[in-house]
Amino acid sequence: MKRRAVVWAALVLLSVAPLILSEFYVTLLNYIGLASIVALGLVLLTGIGGLTSFGQAAFVGIGAYTTAVLTTQYGVSPWLTLLAGFTLTFFISLFLGFITLRLSGHYLPLGTIAWGIAIYYIFGNLEILGKYSGIAEIPPLSVFGWQLSDGRTFYYLIWGLTLLALFGMRNLLDSRSGRAIRALRNRSIMVENFGVDTARLKIIIFVYAALLAALSGWLYAHFLRFVSPHPFDLNGSIDYLFMAVIGGSTEVWGAVVGATVLTLLKDWLKDLLPKVMEQSGNFEIIVFGLLVVLMLHRARDGLVPYLTRLIPPDAQGMVPAGVRPLPQRAQPHAGYPLLQLKQVSKSFKALAAVRDLSFEVQAGEIFGLIGPNGAGKSTVFNLMTGVLATDNGEILFCGERIDDRPGREIARYGIARTYQHVNILPSMNVLENAAIGAYRRGREGVWSASLRLDRAEEASLRREAADQLDLVGLKPYLFDAAATLPLGAQRLLEIARALCADPLLLLLDEPAAGLRYREKEALANLLRALRQRGVTILLVEHDMEFVMGLVDRILVMNFGEKLAEGSPKQIQANQAVVEAYLGSVA
Amino acid sequence: MNLAIALWLSQDAVTNGAVYALIALALVVVFTVTRVIFVPQGEFISYAALSLATLQVGKVPGTIYALISGGVLVAILDSIAALRRKSLKRLPSIVFVNVVLPLAIAAATWWSASRPDDLLLQVAVTLAIVTALGPIVYRLAFQPLANASVLVLLIVAVATHYMLTGFGLIFFGGEGLRAHMFPDLQFQLGILNISGQSIAIVVTSLTLIALLAFLFGHTVYGKALRATAINRVGARLVGISSEFSGRLSFALAALIGAVSGILVAPITTIYYDTGLMISLKGFIGSIIGGMTSYPIAAVSSLAVGFLESYSSFWASAFKESIVFTLIIPVLLWRSLTTFRIEEDDEL
Repeated sequence: MKRRAVVWAALVLLSVAPLILSEFYVTLLNYIGLASIVALGLVLLTGIGGLTSFGQAAFVGIGAYTTAVLTTQYGVSPWLTLLAGFTLTFFISLFLGFITLRLSGHYLPLGTIAWGIAIYYIFGNLEILGKYSGIAEIPPLSVFGWQLSDGRTFYYLIWGLTLLALFGMRNLLDSRSGRAIRALRNRSIMVENFGVDTARLKIIIFVYAALLAALSGWLYAHFLRFVSPHPFDLNGSIDYLFMAVIGGSTEVWGAVVGATVLTLLKDWLKDLLPKVMEQSGNFEIIVFGLLVVLMLHRARDGLVPYLTRLIPPDAQGMVPAGVRPLPQRAQPHAGYPLLQLKQVSKSFKALAAVRDLSFEVQAGEIFGLIGPNGAGKSTVFNLMTGVLATDNGEILFCGERIDDRPGREIARYGIARTYQHVNILPSMNVLENAAIGAYRRGREGVWSASLRLDRAEEASLRREAADQLDLVGLKPYLFDAAATLPLGAQRLLEIARALCADPLLLLLDEPAAGLRYREKEALANLLRALRQRGVTILLVEHDMEFVMGLVDRILVMNFGEKLAEGSPKQIQANQAVVEAYLGSVA
Repeated sequence: MNLAIALWLSQDAVTNGAVYALIALALVVVFTVTRVIFVPQGEFISYAALSLATLQVGKVPGTIYALISGGVLVAILDSIAALRRKSLKRLPSIVFVNVVLPLAIAAATWWSASRPDDLLLQVAVTLAIVTALGPIVYRLAFQPLANASVLVLLIVAVATHYMLTGFGLIFFGGEGLRAHMFPDLQFQLGILNISGQSIAIVVTSLTLIALLAFLFGHTVYGKALRATAINRVGARLVGISSEFSGRLSFALAALIGAVSGILVAPITTIYYDTGLMISLKGFIGSIIGGMTSYPIAAVSSLAVGFLESYSSFWASAFKESIVFTLIIPVLLWRSLTTFRIEEDDEL
């Protein structure tokens, strides 16, 4: 049985469940659906995006209270209050995201606890929200005059929306924005270099997760027809986080599995334990904690990744054919001064990594940057791509200053790079890794991806990625996880990814490291072919044989300064260079 | 507000802040060494305070049963692991540390319960029980997940907090307890009455901080912990077992929690679930220190003490909200001024 079949079986079971289960279990399933929607937002935000939020319950509350107030006190139709709830949540989450998402690392969870608690107190203290006793007699929903007043009919609305949210999320993750989102947690500097505005993307997924929570709150209010502050406190938020982590916080189905396991567990423990222990106490909380710890000991990535290992994967994807190719930039004519460094300096405290460095790379050439370890070569790369800021001097690209620009803007000018330490997403497949490079060349966003309106552009992006992978010789591995490639092939993948950005200037940081002799030859041929096409290449490399046979000009660095510059022949004859590498002969 | 009130509030602030500083230090130790955001730190405080109060009424605290059964569980798990690796030599030390030692502490506990006036013995027994619980918690909950992501460790920490709170209710009941005041002294300093307890808290906190500084700066165990904190893999390569570092850091955290619990037991009524609020305040202090800097964590915990003390005077109902809300701008400033290196936990 394949994974797709399991999903279909689950869908069939879900659709007949209310016909065969008792009222009690249908109600439980309704609660599971409501929680799944919120946990799904956390999968995106926390599991995949790496932003831990302890405040999701507060957004559920905003959705629930908005409809409760508007329907009971102003008689507004529930369908309009859903829009109102979305609008309110949008602006509140935009504001909160703007102030708290700047918090990095471990500051963020505490920041979300802070506003989560604050919103809870607002629910409990405002007169219009009924203070701590809440709001009762919320009207039921009706669809085309048909009232959804009992659990069984409401079930189909809750689960219909849950599944919609689920497939929307799956679509999103399998798109241009989705690839960037999956890189936010550990590879944000790399995706910035390919034109992703990571700060903006973080706020977008924060708002996305908040809107899902608000949707759940709206359903909750009309399902229960009563709201009070209690379910929206810090413990509520912690429960949602538990669901996401236990189900598998990197998998969309993890939200549903986690919500199911946790809801059933809590319910059974509440029923079962007082009977077994014959005295009341907080036994359920102990057993609950114990089971959570044991579950995570067995399956630390959550239940879904643990279980899916048992089911064979579906057939591999296809590379779309016959699609519209992406537009390409015109390469500048040979000899044009593409990149200029003027007296650039950079120090790390007392250590001067780069000192008064000036050089020029002309369009159409392969320019080699060499030097002993610690000479400052990689620092130069980081200065040129906005990873580090210069202390002094200017860097110009096509005559424009780029040293004061952030990495994602430099990408727009047409600079693409590879990294000395391979910087790929190990669990993503090779094709998707390469497609990250083409991010800047697409424009479809999060919402169109969720609704699958991005397919034409997505096909072009994937086609481009497949073509570039073909060029570097990785065609047989398109659908393998990138982590399974040997190191040399991972370096080639990085080159393919950089080529997907359609660069004017390609920066290669030790591309031949880890390659075998034949592979180095193939790489040299590839770089020559790219030069033929007009792409300018600047490379840092240690392998002298590789460099000398390939490049047009060389700059030698030592202790952050220029030691020599010239053709390979001139450099090989230069006494200072020989001394720097081998020590003086005397 | 007049000067007398201001001074009185400041004394309160310094007293609380000193305790928060201790908690913040414990959280920083645990986080840097094991990457666990240790939510249950508060339970060590309440366990210590409630164990002390229970001993003072001549009863045996339930924490001792937790210590014995936890120790036996650890002994079983470690013995199985040792047998699998065929290292029989380790068995005696496993049994000694995890079974014999807790039984000895239990014997001391029974003796102490029969002598309700022997304050020093009660303090010593309380310290022993709670400190010994630390490594057990690490072994059972966190050691099997040593390489998991910070998020998973955080969830396990919250689950552990649930369990320990649940046990706290069983051990001590829902009623709050308060221990006797230790040195029944009052000093008159100008218009201010300074209680002996406040002095004890500040002096003990400073001493403990100095001791920790010495431990980390000048002893081989402290250096091992620092090495693990800076680079786990590197520390393991030079022979520092990360399991050992983990247990040691939890023992330290438990010791610090026990000391803070004993210090606050006579000045506030402690319930089985009081610990969380106290440790959250310490958490704020350590967060402001970026979870890595000891001195900043200590100073900012003191600031939290002042914030809380003065806001409880002006708006006591919103005391907690004010502390949590005012922290956001500080967090913003901190995160804008610190350079963050991406943590690669996808391995």
